[in-house]
Amino acid sequence: MFTPHTPQEIEDMLNAIGVGSIEELFVKVPEKHRFPELNLPEPLTEMEIAAELKEIASANASTDEFISFLGAGAYDHYIPAAVDMLLRRGEFYTAYTPYQPEISQGTLQAIFEFQSLMSELTGMDVSNASHYDGATAAAEAANLAYHFFRGKRKKVILSRAVNPQYRQTIRTYMQGLEEVEVLGDNTDKGKDVYSEEFLSLIDNDTAIVIVQYPDFFGRVIDYTKLVNIVHEQGALIAFVFNPTALGLLKPPGEFGADIAVGDGQPLGIPLSYGGPYLGIFTTKEKYVRKLAGRLVGETVDESANRAYVLTLTAREQHIRREKSTSNICTNQGLMALAATIYLSLLGKNGFKQVANLCYQKAHYAAEKISALDGYEVVFKDTPFFHEFVVQTPKPVGQINLHLQNHWILGGFNLSEDYPEMENQMLVAVTEKITKEDIDEFVEALQEDTND
Amino acid sequence: MTEKTIYELSQPGRVGVTFPEPDVPLTPSPMGFEREHLNLPELSELDVIRHFTNLSKLNYSINSGFYPLGSCTMKYNPKINEEAARMPGLANTHPFQPIVSVQGNLYIMYQLQEWLQEISGFHRVCLTPAAGAQGELVGALIIKNYHQKNNDTKRVKILIPDSAHGTNPATSSMSGFNVVPLQSDERGNVDIQALKSECDETLAGLMLTNPNTLGLFDENVEEVIQLVHSAGGLVYGDGANLNALLGIVRPGDLGFDVMHFNLHKTFSTPHGGGGPGSGPVGVAEHLNDYLPGPIVTIIEEGDEESPPFFGFYWPEKTVGRMKAFYGHFGMLIRAYTYIAMHGGKGLRNIAEMAVLNANYLKSQIKEDYTLPYDRTCMHEFVVEGSWDKVPAVHALDISKRLMDYGFHPPTNYFPLIVHEALMIEPTETESKQTLDAFAKAMKSIAKEARENPDLLHGAPFTTPIRRCDEVKAARDLVLCCWIPD
Repeated sequence: MFTPHTPQEIEDMLNAIGVGSIEELFVKVPEKHRFPELNLPEPLTEMEIAAELKEIASANASTDEFISFLGAGAYDHYIPAAVDMLLRRGEFYTAYTPYQPEISQGTLQAIFEFQSLMSELTGMDVSNASHYDGATAAAEAANLAYHFFRGKRKKVILSRAVNPQYRQTIRTYMQGLEEVEVLGDNTDKGKDVYSEEFLSLIDNDTAIVIVQYPDFFGRVIDYTKLVNIVHEQGALIAFVFNPTALGLLKPPGEFGADIAVGDGQPLGIPLSYGGPYLGIFTTKEKYVRKLAGRLVGETVDESANRAYVLTLTAREQHIRREKSTSNICTNQGLMALAATIYLSLLGKNGFKQVANLCYQKAHYAAEKISALDGYEVVFKDTPFFHEFVVQTPKPVGQINLHLQNHWILGGFNLSEDYPEMENQMLVAVTEKITKEDIDEFVEALQEDTND
Repeated sequence: MTEKTIYELSQPGRVGVTFPEPDVPLTPSPMGFEREHLNLPELSELDVIRHFTNLSKLNYSINSGFYPLGSCTMKYNPKINEEAARMPGLANTHPFQPIVSVQGNLYIMYQLQEWLQEISGFHRVCLTPAAGAQGELVGALIIKNYHQKNNDTKRVKILIPDSAHGTNPATSSMSGFNVVPLQSDERGNVDIQALKSECDETLAGLMLTNPNTLGLFDENVEEVIQLVHSAGGLVYGDGANLNALLGIVRPGDLGFDVMHFNLHKTFSTPHGGGGPGSGPVGVAEHLNDYLPGPIVTIIEEGDEESPPFFGFYWPEKTVGRMKAFYGHFGMLIRAYTYIAMHGGKGLRNIAEMAVLNANYLKSQIKEDYTLPYDRTCMHEFVVEGSWDKVPAVHALDISKRLMDYGFHPPTNYFPLIVHEALMIEPTETESKQTLDAFAKAMKSIAKEARENPDLLHGAPFTTPIRRCDEVKAARDLVLCCWIPD
């Protein structure tokens, strides 16, 4: 269908090769398994598949029709039209990794600008060209720390307020490292990084401590003291951050974080049912040679023009082979481009506006909800950004079913990952939500309570 | 030809996209956390459009020309796939929506699992891995967990042929294995004697790329797999070259235990300038329980009136979660669309035309370039990019000169077992006319190498920039552009 060969051309090509038929090209394939009959549906034309997909999509409820208060690691922000217009340029999306700088300056400069924006956003020295998503970026942070200490420090300590799926991913990645112990997040106490139980874990066998900012419950915690405690033990500390929050809040670099990782999905990338997203990885200059993933650096060409190339490739898997610390090769090129375009469009002013809108609307929602009978904002003495935890009078699943009838997607059901948080809902509010939407949400909650 | 950076274009006070003023009563910022300094660029929407449009023009791409980058399968990316992934009903769904509200998504994922199983001959497929390298990591972790669950803890060794993909060794060591390289024989197959001598009780598995990076189908593949199995090891298939096998042979039928797919190669989801990829993993029945999750399944069978109800499950002995959520869903939609448009016969046609194109192109340039393994190839082949008579010319020079002829160069210096390797993968979507034009350019470059080697050393001449000082880039590390105070 996408093959251009005419019967005459096929014949001419077979003659040039010196074989009598296409089948002859495959004689080395074991005969009894050669040319299996594949049991697949009859092929559809473009017109038919377009119609079919439309019908499949109609079996979904999307955030176009529903007001969504879901967050927990993926956020429904407004994406300016220009982002996708530019992403659709075939020169970007049908190119591959820029191995040949002479004909890849577009991709290379865009990644270089991405790295620059991420360094500025996080207050860190350097950023790489990206990882698969926030979860794998967090796993690579633990990986970096383990290798930085040459495997001599065995403890990876996680706050229980780090995204549960990120913690699971970190554990998967740690399986291959000898004698690593991942701990800190197994008991309720792990939600408070200043609890004695959590602090007592940090010692000179600790490679890294990983916290989230704002944390999974939306809380904005002052990690200044924790950073000092971790550094006193000679260990590293990584922040998992939400990029939108950094439009309003002091960045991880100013707390003294060694590594700051996050998911860049809020920066102009559609929800797309969980992917593809964008893993951001930033760190201090002194760790740059331990950094996994691609890096773009500035240089000059033979005519002294400014130019960009993939650099420090000697760290990477295709050169160091089994001695490299990670096997990552692709980054999330197109998603990093989306974030770069998004931040360029919003700029200093627009990005701060978005962060502030999220903050203001979330606080209005929290206030309204806490005024309802039977509802209460948990952690109410701790500042939060655009997500907060609500104690509900009924199981969250039940409430969300009711909300669906009002074309509302309720918040994330925390008891799914935190058995100790029964009847607790994590509510996220972005700039797309209006005051009216919030009032409707509160009204629907009220109505459900009265039922 | 250089383009200013977004910071150089920035003008203090200029505004791009703006948002409405808050419609709710205001809350003061949290004390002690206020951000004092955030220096993002200030551009108009037109500044941004022009900047990125200008940047795009500095790129070579499949849309603009022939891209025979070996092992990357740079085939045409159908445009309907892009429309499909952007359908609002699919693209605007949140990963934590109740499953009842995303049955369309789950249907696509379930079908794709089933189809990939049918195409590959594996028993079960998990769609979550984010890219080929992550799929490989899954494979290695499955092998590790399998032996551990069987209390077979002596098995610490992974064999990797020297014709395998470059990521394999890093993947193995990341999973805690010792890597033992395995040499190829003079026909480019796994050396059977070398393999036999490594088949002992410490053998965890073999990572086999077939067709390998020489573009050759291993002539003893069944024996190789048999030997590893007899020694108690598992065989991992690197599915990066699956494009050559669609409808030709199913890796599962050959006895592979686990394999990753590269949806961005075989099933034409775009490469995106280096990602996002997508690397689902398939396993034989005895490894079903080890797959990562979550995996889509039918929770309630359908009937004539209503469709089946889909949900997720986690395999019992799972190696764990590979990333947040369920994989690169946007890529899965594209692959679903691509397979739906091909059907069984269409997929076989892809492999046949890919292999026809590679063999044809090989026949057109083999007079001028040394073929280290001159036998029928699959979807790609490797030539030497140098000649004894002109020792100063290297594969890199040929690659750079190809740009002046309007082509993207092949993969350089890989596989490592071929001197000055040029690895050429034309893919099935290229026409005979394009292949002829490329062969003509290759011949012409061979002539230039003999007559005027300096011309090749200076190339490229017609690209937006000339050769770059890569040493300077690494020495004077600049990873961030100038940002005004």
